[in-house]
Amino acid sequence: MSHRYLPLTEQDKKEMLETIGVDSIEDLFSEIPEDIRFKGELNIKPKKDETSLLKELGRIARKNVTSETHASFLGAGVYDHFVPTVVDHVISRSEFYTAYTPYQPEISQGELQAIFEFQTLISELTGMPVANSSMYDGPTAFAEAGTMAAGVSRKKKLLVSKGVNIQSRQIIRTYGEAQGLEIVEIDLDGTVTDLEKLDAASDEDTAAVMVQYPNFFGSIEDLEAIEKIAHKNKGLFVINSNPLALGILTPPGEFGADIVTGDTQVFGIPAQFGGPHCGYFAATKKLMRKMPGRLVGQTTDDDGNRGFVLTLQAREQHIRREKATSNICSNQALNALGSSVAMSALGKYGLVEMAENNLSLAHYAKDQFSSKGFDVLDGTTFNEFVVKFNDNVNLHDVNETLADDGFIGGYDLGKVDDNFKNHMLVAVTELRTKDEIDTFVERLGELNA
Amino acid sequence: MLKGSSPLIFERSTAGRFAYSLPTLEVEKKELSSVVDDKFIRKTKAELPEIAELDLMRHYTELSNRNHGVDTGFYPLGSCTMKYNPKINERVARIPGFAMSHPLQNDSQIQGSLEIVYDMQEHLKEITGMDEISLQPAAGAQGEWTALLMIKAFHDSNGDTERTEVIVPDSAHGTNPASAVVAGLDVVTVRSNDKGQVDIDHLKEVVGDKTCAIMLTNPNTLGIFEEEIIEIRDIVHGAGGKLYYDGANLNAIMSKVRPGDMGFDAVHLNLHKTFTGPHGGGGPGSGPIGVKSDLAPFLPSPLIVKDGDNYKVEHDVPQSVGRVKAHFGNFGIFLRAYTYIRTMGPDGLKAVSDYAVLNANYMMRRLEGTYHVPYPQHCKHEFVLSASAQKKRGARTLDIAKRLLDFGYHPPTVYFPTNVEECMMIEPTETEAKETLDGFIDTLIQIDKEIDENLDVVLEAPHTTVIGRLDETQAARNPVLRFSLEDIKEEK
Repeated sequence: MSHRYLPLTEQDKKEMLETIGVDSIEDLFSEIPEDIRFKGELNIKPKKDETSLLKELGRIARKNVTSETHASFLGAGVYDHFVPTVVDHVISRSEFYTAYTPYQPEISQGELQAIFEFQTLISELTGMPVANSSMYDGPTAFAEAGTMAAGVSRKKKLLVSKGVNIQSRQIIRTYGEAQGLEIVEIDLDGTVTDLEKLDAASDEDTAAVMVQYPNFFGSIEDLEAIEKIAHKNKGLFVINSNPLALGILTPPGEFGADIVTGDTQVFGIPAQFGGPHCGYFAATKKLMRKMPGRLVGQTTDDDGNRGFVLTLQAREQHIRREKATSNICSNQALNALGSSVAMSALGKYGLVEMAENNLSLAHYAKDQFSSKGFDVLDGTTFNEFVVKFNDNVNLHDVNETLADDGFIGGYDLGKVDDNFKNHMLVAVTELRTKDEIDTFVERLGELNA
Repeated sequence: MLKGSSPLIFERSTAGRFAYSLPTLEVEKKELSSVVDDKFIRKTKAELPEIAELDLMRHYTELSNRNHGVDTGFYPLGSCTMKYNPKINERVARIPGFAMSHPLQNDSQIQGSLEIVYDMQEHLKEITGMDEISLQPAAGAQGEWTALLMIKAFHDSNGDTERTEVIVPDSAHGTNPASAVVAGLDVVTVRSNDKGQVDIDHLKEVVGDKTCAIMLTNPNTLGIFEEEIIEIRDIVHGAGGKLYYDGANLNAIMSKVRPGDMGFDAVHLNLHKTFTGPHGGGGPGSGPIGVKSDLAPFLPSPLIVKDGDNYKVEHDVPQSVGRVKAHFGNFGIFLRAYTYIRTMGPDGLKAVSDYAVLNANYMMRRLEGTYHVPYPQHCKHEFVLSASAQKKRGARTLDIAKRLLDFGYHPPTVYFPTNVEECMMIEPTETEAKETLDGFIDTLIQIDKEIDENLDVVLEAPHTTVIGRLDETQAARNPVLRFSLEDIKEEK
């Protein structure tokens, strides 16, 4: 044996080569043309024993500033939330994490049922009748919703609010332009979508109106008014939504949404440097057969027992190839499972309480900023809001200083939007204490001098 | 393990129970009604389950018992590389310094994560023989699509705007043609010849001024190395097209032949396959792409680069095809894959491909007297069998697959590739011991005997699983995609 993961012994190899009828393993590669063969040894780091490698990687990990040691006020799409301890115990069960896509339902009922439950949870939160098994992440799910809307409506223009997360907008552009779609970004009025400009931009060729709820700046968009604009020219109404906020906000389904996407990172998934997280994708019944991604459906076996299978696969690439509704193949099953565990642990009332605590703490923090003389932008905050700093203040440097004081500061909006130079997007989750908020605001008051 | 169905978590719910512990709210409660209009206030709570922590754990433990993973038993699912998922990977991914790092912090605060990303890029460059790597794509299919966008952008930047066709072999993974279409390109299929390889004459017919790229998996989905790769390269490059390498089958050739040396211009890797991701029940995956230097200006933005002794996030990529995924990709997955590569080292990775190929050839030779082997040359990491003879005797591939379940095996990939009748595609991987392979082989031979001796036991399989064969037609005809509370209310 040459390695702990490679069980073949010299005796095994000898017997196997005899059965095959060759002298050496090298003979099995004889058809590879000599010209292109790789000779010698790969120039990569030599193998390391388990203990030494853990030590080395632990040392590298300690170079990061993290929410383990620092109080984080950074969100902008990735949040520091309560992760119930049970989550990691469930997703560490290797019957789940060492399995693949449940192609053989009889020995994959656990995964299939877990996904069916995830679909139900997402459907409940969004108020949409159908949800799929998950997508790569919230932004790519949103972008696929945009291209799907264009396909369904046979129109070419996507109206995307500038209240949508900047990275989501970038991804929508990449996906949309690849398919020849026109992406029109709609300006803001304060921290929400400018409805007059949206209305003016909407025309016969509008495939979808795409907004975020609550939006990138933490504000709650007027979905009732936007729905009318989205549907007046028979386009689709597509919303990206933080599912935690939907514990207390009216779900997009009740505002006439056609597609709702988002990310369940807020439920039990660590930030882990931006991924993997877990996109969700929910839609109306009418759009069910146009959706991307895997869907799990309920059925019965030959004895009449309830069971679950992958279904409506005629939409998918492994069956339809170039005629598929999307090229997506994998999903984020393990993270969907983790989020399901977190949602189930919270339950009907805990999820509401968690959302309410975010709201209360964010508003408390907002009030503290105001009382310290900061200009806090108007907006119907859920758990994020925008604070303006003096013109001479460099927010990059502020965040460097904050790290020395035990804080991860908010997001420097000026990095991505010239209209928001010297503005910080501050996120306050249920994990922030009153003391942390007070000290954070006080320190920023000093740094804003 | 109980036979029959298992209650849904919603059916285990009892009003008043919960399994959470949130920090106590230390500030005054803010009423939502003081923030927004009444129309934005949710009136009916989402029907989430109400369950205590022990019962929650029992629910999910029961579900896990109803699931087969690599740790449960042999899982020779062709083209999926279901190898052992090392436990050290899981431990590394959970180190708080990595798991709790936020992607939008200042570069100075994320040097550890950036170092991993950068060093992973360096390792993958060497393993693939490519010049630059981006770890941003979330999965193989997204990697394919991203690289096709880059190739299209490359042609466009040369004023070569009419290259809209992507050539895909008939044996290709379904994602290849689907990715081409999502990239706004047209698909042209090239046939396989009787050796299971690209038909060179047909390739010459379909290649031309409109060729954007050819997408190849090598070894291909039949487990066969495309011996004419040099000629394919010359034909496609000669016509001005690029060669795209689908890395799904890289496990067969590490340290033997590199995509970059074969003449490929772009490649994606499936870190959850070759590099022990893990598979997670369907994901998350990770699909880094590698390219030659002429395509590098078009890589997705941002790039992770080294600047002196520090690492930084470079957003200034003027010719980039744009962003394809939030942040830097599925970091948690490449952290696992990186740990694996560091655990194996250069000699370890070479041994991986040696033994993956040895295992596959051994199985093929032991099975070829019982099942038809349509392509009898040496295979690489996987091979295909046809149950065409068994079908004539009364049992189809599907029946044989279901009978395998009774013996604790996950069946091979079935009915793919579609150019082989009653196909079974078997990929053992290098982490399986000889006695595991022998056990599986003996079982397949026994099932073949059962077809003559006791056909019904095969046709009515599986017998030992928690649930029998499921009615997929009913599921598709009348889709029930979520649990409805009304359903239990009616029952009660």
